[in-house]
Amino acid sequence: MTVTVWFDKTADTFYRCFIENAYWKWLVDGFKESIVITVFAVLLGFLFGIILATVRCSYDKNEESLKLRKGFGYHMLRFANGLCKLYITVVRGVPVVVQLMIWYFVILVTQNNSTIVAVVAFGCNSAAYVAEIFRGGIMSIDAGQFEAGRSLGFNYVQTMFHIIIPQAIKTVLPTLLNEIIALLKETSVAGYVGITDLTKAGDLIRGRTFEAFMPLIAVAVIYLITVVILTKVFGVVERRLRKSER
Amino acid sequence: MKDNNSDVIISVRDLKKHYSGGKVKALNGINLDVHKGEVVVIIGPSGSGKSTLLRSLNLLEMPTSGTITFDGVNITDPKNDINLHRRKMGMVFQHFNLFPHMTIMRNMTIAPIKLLKKSRTEAEKTAYELLERVGLADRANDYPAQLSGGQKQRVAIVRALAMDPDVMLFDEPTSALDPEMVGEVLDVMKGLAEKGMTMVVVTHEMGFAREVADRVVFIDEGVIMEQGAPAEIFDSPKTERAKSFLSKVL
Repeated sequence: MTVTVWFDKTADTFYRCFIENAYWKWLVDGFKESIVITVFAVLLGFLFGIILATVRCSYDKNEESLKLRKGFGYHMLRFANGLCKLYITVVRGVPVVVQLMIWYFVILVTQNNSTIVAVVAFGCNSAAYVAEIFRGGIMSIDAGQFEAGRSLGFNYVQTMFHIIIPQAIKTVLPTLLNEIIALLKETSVAGYVGITDLTKAGDLIRGRTFEAFMPLIAVAVIYLITVVILTKVFGVVERRLRKSER
Repeated sequence: MKDNNSDVIISVRDLKKHYSGGKVKALNGINLDVHKGEVVVIIGPSGSGKSTLLRSLNLLEMPTSGTITFDGVNITDPKNDINLHRRKMGMVFQHFNLFPHMTIMRNMTIAPIKLLKKSRTEAEKTAYELLERVGLADRANDYPAQLSGGQKQRVAIVRALAMDPDVMLFDEPTSALDPEMVGEVLDVMKGLAEKGMTMVVVTHEMGFAREVADRVVFIDEGVIMEQGAPAEIFDSPKTERAKSFLSKVL
């Protein structure tokens, strides 16, 4: 008896939360928004992060020899390295919500498309982390690989591109996945600047229906499933890449 | 010995390499000429500077002062593009340093294709011939991890040869090998010497030095203590240092 009552009640709540007024569409749209922000922020973060990492590593690896050559290059690289370090320190030291609001209300206040602002904010935030992940990966490659590349006549950039980075990517893949997952979940604060992402959509449904449990659990489950799928995909990619080593 | 300039391919003058602001003097004024077709073997106790000298020849180590002239060009001058000159100096490392993410074939063709702008077919043909020479043609599509140490080092040698270098530098090429694999690598090097390749070899293989070297250079404390034909150095060393070193290794 009580089971049927509970069941009826749950079904009714479910109906009110998702079916009535087509609230489920809010979740779908919110999810799309979250994914769009994540995908573009990841792209921006990786691109920018790799540049930061390359500058940092170039300095660490070439400091000795550049100093001996006493060229202009040494001072330029030293300056660029300092700038990258400062950037990474600031970005890692400020909460991402605060960064997002600074981008939205201060730096890009003239930009009307808040999705773009979110992509920039999350991308620039992620870049700092990606930079350190890549730097770790590049530094973990045996110095002999670098010397072998240079001894064949490749210049610094060519050696990085053809020999070091392909190997580094393989070693940092699991950590990069972590960063992507973290980024996806961090986008849940996008509601602070008026973006209706997945989290905000769930929250709006809660406000309309006065039901907290059902919409929030739905939101949680969607994030969870997305992360599980991402993990599976990365697992396949990793196995593919490892094949070459056996 | 008076310089016969047309014949000299590498000329090192007063080369110094200091670390930690001059506290460590790895090289302390080296003068050395290597002639075309000559096999120079550098020996010396560990920490004597012999590897540093070899690695300075293609500027993997940046010298603190002094000059290195390669094929008539002062490569220590920052104005000269070292990347161009490195193509003409093949290098073989103690730990092989093959690229683990590429097949043997790719290891051997990437530099000729990207740097010498050779076509893939042409580069692969050359690579195949070279692999055949060292008996590894059937491993072209394997990855380095599938080869033994001796095989890896033979590939490393032909990878350097694929760039058609004028000089080959060997940095303790057999030191990381199991004893039973040393022979196969030395045989390849011997074959190379017989074909007239200019070689500078840092090694602990005194048998190889005696048999193959045109000249043996004994280094200690960052300076050349003694040099000459293998028989001179090995049978009647003049300096105390060389005597004591050779008594330990021969």
